[in-house]
Amino acid sequence: MENSLKLFSQKGFYNTTIPDIAKSMKMSVGNMYNYFSSKEELAKYAIKYSTNILASQLREINHMEISSKEKIFLFAKMYFENVKNSPEVIEYFLRVYLSNREVFKQGCEGFLCVGEFVTEVMLLLDEGAQNKEFRDQEFFPAFSMIMGSLGGFAFLSGEAVLDKDIMEYSDAIADNIYRALKYDE
Amino acid sequence: MTNNKKPTVVWFQAITCNGNTHSLLSANSSRLELFLNSFDLIYHPSLTIDKSLNEILESKDEIDFLLVEGAISKNSDFFTISDETTNVLLNKLTSKAKYLVAVGSCASYGGVHAKFEQNDNVVGLEESLDKKSTKNLKHEIINLTGCPVHPEWIIQTLFTLNNFGKMAIDEEGRPKELYSTLAHHGCTRNEYFEWKIEGAWGEKEGCLFYDQGCRGPMTHSSCNKILWNDVNSKTRAGMPCIGCTETDFPRDNMLETKKNIGIPFEVPTGISKRAYLSITGVAKTFTIDRLNKKLMD
Repeated sequence: MENSLKLFSQKGFYNTTIPDIAKSMKMSVGNMYNYFSSKEELAKYAIKYSTNILASQLREINHMEISSKEKIFLFAKMYFENVKNSPEVIEYFLRVYLSNREVFKQGCEGFLCVGEFVTEVMLLLDEGAQNKEFRDQEFFPAFSMIMGSLGGFAFLSGEAVLDKDIMEYSDAIADNIYRALKYDE
Repeated sequence: MTNNKKPTVVWFQAITCNGNTHSLLSANSSRLELFLNSFDLIYHPSLTIDKSLNEILESKDEIDFLLVEGAISKNSDFFTISDETTNVLLNKLTSKAKYLVAVGSCASYGGVHAKFEQNDNVVGLEESLDKKSTKNLKHEIINLTGCPVHPEWIIQTLFTLNNFGKMAIDEEGRPKELYSTLAHHGCTRNEYFEWKIEGAWGEKEGCLFYDQGCRGPMTHSSCNKILWNDVNSKTRAGMPCIGCTETDFPRDNMLETKKNIGIPFEVPTGISKRAYLSITGVAKTFTIDRLNKKLMD
């Protein structure tokens, strides 16, 4: 699956063929079709697969008995570690899922394929607001404050325009996110 | 040989708005007739009866069913009947009774009156009774919670106790056969709940859980199955369930859904918040034309 994420991210959805993926997985094309009926189906499975990795990592953070502020800092670190160590996971989201919406229109509507991850972000925000660490606001502005910052920064990293290693920016980005969400006295 | 003597019923009113009496009198007419033909309602302060409360208290006769409407207080500065506190009268009546039934939320646990800040001694029956007053009771106190209680629940409870001598109750003292399901069961808006389509006050369409504070999915009650006047319920008429059969009633801001960052603070009974958010996030994604239109144009 990582191989297909890489291929889709590097070559784009339309330039990647099933034979390319089968070859990278050392599998026959016929055998590939035993698992996925089409390239679209594989792409949908891949978005579930990649966001579920993030979801399970964030779930672990959500289960920790630490403040919501600390969770934001840990989450940013975890996200950037993925960008650094498994760039295909984030790249696939940014460069394939967001750029080829027509492929995901049926069967991956809305949150259908990324639901587990969005749920974990909801729980992170919900707990912060209940503890009065975060101010109350509508969900989507808060959600995009977190994911917009992290995703945007991952994009900059992918474009190789950052001066320093991405991990060195982690606390500064987390601090920005926290300041934007924090409860007003 | 048959015993033609009908079981006696005394309806005692303590600190109350009279709502449960109104409810009883609004019962389906054939059921009310059946009740009056089967039981001997010897005392009710709002109805024409032969006996006074003092005569009931002075009589040596036992009371088969003592029904209490309203909250109880020991504080004579705020509420008395014939110079006696409701606490004293309740204990006297209970010592003569075989079955004790709290009719409505105020009698069950104090209800709205327990929120009265000037008198911190307003409680339900359970907390008001002396041990010696209850020694003749043949059954635990039955709490028919609700504001008001459904008339059918009163009648059904009396018939069950009279015919079988007992009924299964939950940890709040409520009959299981009436309170084991949620107000959500039988709600005609369930499809809107499943697909997360919000409705507005007084409309037939949409779910009232997301913004309007509906407590149907966490309220133990059969009011959407045993309908009011045989035809309707709050949620069917377009009013959110306000959870009046639960012990935390009345709560503040009952007609709005408490949320944090758009996420409901409380989720339906029996599901974790993680699982609930997961399925609702997905369900909200779908646009089902039929459910987004008026049922009748």
